[in-house]
Amino acid sequence: MDKKIKVALAGNPNSGKTSIFNMLTGARQHVGNYPGVTVEKKEGTFKYVDLEITLVDLPGTYSLSAYSTEELVARNFVIEEQPDVVVDIIDASNIERNLYLATQLIEMNVPLVLAFNMSDIAEQRGLKFDIEQLSKLLEATIVSTVGNKGKGKTELVDAIIKTYEQDKKQRIHKVSYGEEIEHELAIIETLLVDKEQQLVEKYGLRWLAVKLLECDTDVTAKVRSREVLEAVTASTGHLKDIFGDEPEIVMADRRYGFISGACQETIKTTVESRHSTSDMIDAVVTNRILGIPIFLILMYLVFFSTFKIGKYPMGWLEQFFAWAGTTIAGFWPAGSESWLKSLLVDGVISGVGGVLVFLPNILLLFLAIALLEDSGYMARAAFIMDRIMHKIGLHGKSFIPMLIGFGCSVPAIMATRILENRRNRLTTIMAIPLMSCGAKLTIYMLIIPAFFQEKWRGPMLWLIYLIGIVLSIVVIKVLRLSVFKGETTPFVMELPPYRMPTGKSVCIHMWHRGWMYLRKAGTIILAVSIILWAAMSYPKPSEQTLAGLSYEQAQQKGLEHSVIGRIGQAIEPALKPLGFDWKIGTALIGATAAKEVFVSQLAIVYAVNSQEAEGTDGEKSTQNLREKLQANYTPLTGFCIMLFCLIYAPCVATVAMTRQETNSWGWALFQFFGLTALAYVVTLIVYQIGNYIAG
Amino acid sequence: MEDEQIRPLSNVRSGETVKLASIEAGRGLHSRLASMGLVPNVEITVINNSQPGPFVISVKNSKVMLGRGMAHKIWTRKLK
Repeated sequence: MDKKIKVALAGNPNSGKTSIFNMLTGARQHVGNYPGVTVEKKEGTFKYVDLEITLVDLPGTYSLSAYSTEELVARNFVIEEQPDVVVDIIDASNIERNLYLATQLIEMNVPLVLAFNMSDIAEQRGLKFDIEQLSKLLEATIVSTVGNKGKGKTELVDAIIKTYEQDKKQRIHKVSYGEEIEHELAIIETLLVDKEQQLVEKYGLRWLAVKLLECDTDVTAKVRSREVLEAVTASTGHLKDIFGDEPEIVMADRRYGFISGACQETIKTTVESRHSTSDMIDAVVTNRILGIPIFLILMYLVFFSTFKIGKYPMGWLEQFFAWAGTTIAGFWPAGSESWLKSLLVDGVISGVGGVLVFLPNILLLFLAIALLEDSGYMARAAFIMDRIMHKIGLHGKSFIPMLIGFGCSVPAIMATRILENRRNRLTTIMAIPLMSCGAKLTIYMLIIPAFFQEKWRGPMLWLIYLIGIVLSIVVIKVLRLSVFKGETTPFVMELPPYRMPTGKSVCIHMWHRGWMYLRKAGTIILAVSIILWAAMSYPKPSEQTLAGLSYEQAQQKGLEHSVIGRIGQAIEPALKPLGFDWKIGTALIGATAAKEVFVSQLAIVYAVNSQEAEGTDGEKSTQNLREKLQANYTPLTGFCIMLFCLIYAPCVATVAMTRQETNSWGWALFQFFGLTALAYVVTLIVYQIGNYIAG
Repeated sequence: MEDEQIRPLSNVRSGETVKLASIEAGRGLHSRLASMGLVPNVEITVINNSQPGPFVISVKNSKVMLGRGMAHKIWTRKLK
């Protein structure tokens, strides 16, 4: 039986943590969420002689305070899960700032290994480390690594094992906060030993006292003893008087003091030229005139590769599933109607096809995102867009998922993973379906030529897209003022130096996103598609009613008789004020399977030869449908159909994605019903006012 | 102490290096800035302060972007 050990990877953002994680675990990774929060948790395992090592990638943080979800998650993992070893990844070319996190891990007295990553870049910059000496001062094994080139792997694993096998010992060197603060710490420590033994055992005495003095909200809330809390208030008040500043600021300063003390003797620097190349690139890409055009060109490329290139593999997949459908249907004699055939062909195959069809988009999108992130451009993009996005209460990075939303909501919602802040992420997810996606475009393409003259078609399409954008801004504003209240996180962000992305890390990234989509969202999409298929096909009308009817008329009758057709008829009174009849209602419900289904459903209820029917020209049948629509509805109703389709309930794939990414059905249902209600209200207003003016 | 010239970071020109005096911010932001190296007396070099455009500083060997609003609340003094 192999022995199992658990290792946590900590480190600053941009320290190359992911590359070390990939180096150690290869592709054997598992991506999920930390329980209860929308923070991604990556886990991987690897074997070493008789040890099975589980590696957990903690969120990238600068510190371990209680002020952000990520920091709290990282810290709680270290405390609650008690990893056997914590590896702190340090950007070796930026030691001092990176060691700040290490000082906190030292304070928690965890078995620590420091990986001085990107040591090749540090060397180029003329930095020389006395690793042996520094290792003694920080009481942690230090290993030089170059994660993206796979260097230092054996040494790092050895260091992990060695640290694991060592007994936990008391540290000799610790951050000294200076006489005044140490005095107060001592008072609090004495009280803690007396009053809060359980906490002391769990968290460690020193760390507990330090956190209390820093007014850490999370730790303070755990303390029950009034005496301790009173002592802490007295101490912080006293220290504030002495320093004229919050104690935690002074303490942060002392930590840096400890770091520079350790570094002074052990790090030699010959030249200071960290940002030379990066500065030059920045001068161009963040230039006040060129910045936005460059950003827009890159975003166009992201969009282009996701949807234009993705169209080809999507086409192949569609062809494959069409072929699979006809092949399976071929097992039954022509003209026979079997429920099993219908389930397999119309339910399962089109359901699986509906899932897989998104995969090329998702892979390509995450290829583009991985390139933007790994190269360091993402941070700049966020900044360039921040001034605009901030006005509506979002982070600059939100722009990217919103943009992807014009192609498809499914990858767009997945792309919100680039946002660190939960509130920002949820707000963005809620508003994404308001971007007119590719499937909604097929609806507009049916309606617009049916009701509007040639010269108005372009402006009409433009108007409907614009309405979506304006509504999304309104929705975001409202959500930010109500459900997701709270100050927008002020913008502070590190600009990492530009780096060449490596093929390996980009591929791993893509593979994981694709797999996660298939496994998590895919299963829900499939299940819901089959349910919708059943609701559209059952109950069947009796044989007699169908006797003597043409294929189209039989289909029409079938849909009328089905659950969805019945719901459509039942809700007609509610749709009347919007100018819709039960036929539109039925098509709208069917379209929750996928928006483009609206067109084929409408074709069925109007008994128009649908595209699938043999021997008919697709464009001709669309034209037939347009004529039917023209005969039955006014242009105002046509516009209202588009408006309602733009806003109302997202398709099942989007719902499934929202459920997966927010980790809650609550948010998915909130989005589903919230948008439907919004669609109803907006369409109602437009139809009634339009009718009043017209009539 | 003699009269030191205290001014907001937003008034420091590109290329100039100053020392951080104090930050007007809530606890959360304060500690976040500290973890990124913005502590009293640290040397800050302003890399870009052209409007419009990102406000970029260099602190402890890393480049950090700030919102302009925040740059108004970070007080600095001249290097000795």
